[in-house]
Amino acid sequence: MAYSDKLIDHYENPRNVGTLDKDDPNVGTGLVGAPACGDVMRLQLRINDDGVIEEAKFKTFGCGSAIASSSLVTEWVKGKKVDEAAKITNSVIAEELSLPPVKIHCSVLAEDAIKAAIADYKQKKEDPKAAPQPAAAVAK
Amino acid sequence: MVKTPIYMDNHATTPLDPRVLEAMMPYLTQAFGNAASRSHSFGWTAEEASELARDRVAALVGGSGKEIVWTSGATESINLALKGIAEFYKDKGNHIITAKTEHKAVLDTCKRLERSGCEVTYLDVDQTGRLDPEAVRAAITDKTILVSVMVANNEIGTIHPIKEIGAITKEKGVFFHVDAAQAAGKIPLDVNEMHIDLASLSAHKVYGPKGVGALWVRRRPRVRLTGLIDGGGHERGMRSGTINVPGVVGFGVAAELAMKEMAEEDARVRGLRDRLQAAITKDLDMVFLNGHPEHRLAGNLNLSFAYVEGEGMMMALKDVAVSSGSACTSASLEPSHVLRACGVEEELAHTSIRFGLGRFTTQEEVDHVAKLVVEKVQRLRDMSPLYEMAKEGIDLKSIEWTGH
Repeated sequence: MAYSDKLIDHYENPRNVGTLDKDDPNVGTGLVGAPACGDVMRLQLRINDDGVIEEAKFKTFGCGSAIASSSLVTEWVKGKKVDEAAKITNSVIAEELSLPPVKIHCSVLAEDAIKAAIADYKQKKEDPKAAPQPAAAVAK
Repeated sequence: MVKTPIYMDNHATTPLDPRVLEAMMPYLTQAFGNAASRSHSFGWTAEEASELARDRVAALVGGSGKEIVWTSGATESINLALKGIAEFYKDKGNHIITAKTEHKAVLDTCKRLERSGCEVTYLDVDQTGRLDPEAVRAAITDKTILVSVMVANNEIGTIHPIKEIGAITKEKGVFFHVDAAQAAGKIPLDVNEMHIDLASLSAHKVYGPKGVGALWVRRRPRVRLTGLIDGGGHERGMRSGTINVPGVVGFGVAAELAMKEMAEEDARVRGLRDRLQAAITKDLDMVFLNGHPEHRLAGNLNLSFAYVEGEGMMMALKDVAVSSGSACTSASLEPSHVLRACGVEEELAHTSIRFGLGRFTTQEEVDHVAKLVVEKVQRLRDMSPLYEMAKEGIDLKSIEWTGH
């Protein structure tokens, strides 16, 4: 399977790998996927009081397409307003990286990660006392 | 500097040994006769070469050249053995016993036979991928006609207790077919000592050409088959079609070389494999061996690198040809059925990498690959949320994941 140059570049030189403090009230964390399915993405966004995403970090367990999709979205969401970032869809991610059909689920996961991180942030703002927990993946 | 790309996928196929190619060349050029032509020297030359090759290939399993049926490869041999026995002996019974870790050539053939009225028992294996011979005994009924077991597994290299299973099938009067594609030429096999009735063989797994295989079929006592391919009645009616003379000549020479060099090659490849395993596990934690620690092929090393997904790993090892049991390498999105049958959790099945060492693997290559694997696993673990969580002491099983 031949991958696009953009995909390979994101895989080999991933942007914004890392961890933000999940307890910071301005950080939203999205953890999506499942180890049993072979891919897990964690996307963290630091959002300022104007609703602008100042910083994005990811860590991903998965194939090259999953790693590249998460790296790409960290670049895309940075500097965007939360509402704009929430509009990023899997199809534009898949198109940008020329994902083959069997890898479309990686772009879906990246879209879900953005939504989950924003949801986590919004929940924190609405109910700051609630125990911080990664959205979507909830402790049993 | 080591030459790249490095080939470490010798379970998938092996390179053609130059000595094999050399032996094949005359039969690709001037000695082009049809082995079935009885009226001239072109045919006689071809037939003679094919007959010599039968003896050499049969020696892989300790059989006679008269018992060899040429085929296009192990997949065809397996199809012929299973479907041929099921059809010929349908009045005797309709039950077949095999294992869950078999190659798809066996499993898919069994699935088709089930649709045409056969009953198939797929036996469980232990955590190392080995069958318990007593489980075979327990599964045999008065309807059982055939037991089919691979000698060595193509993914994890585990070698089954073939002799013990053969003793049981003989005692019970049930035919015993072995898929010896991975094992033949690598470990000693003896159809008489192991009570084997049919054995499927492949040339390209032992440094021979692709597109050639054989089914060894016992003559005493005679095992009969209904052929799948009709035509000129070649191969005693079991497989019509003009013999691939250059192919079988190559298979014969490859078999002879494998038998002659087996002991020496086994020791050398095993040493390299152990060196690779030691170098990887010395520098990395949470690496798990899949398969049996002792009863496995010398060239096989199947490891799970926890928290690093297999395909992502293979992409990182881009100059090294290996394979993975991860779902992402297949269209099915299901991780390896072999690892699952061994009870390897899906999480770990996704992180498996199979290294297949062979005749042409060098120590320099092994050292290079070991270094690369350690470096890439560390890099990918630094990017893995699971590794971070595990290091923080979070029990990943306590998390409710959003699977898709």
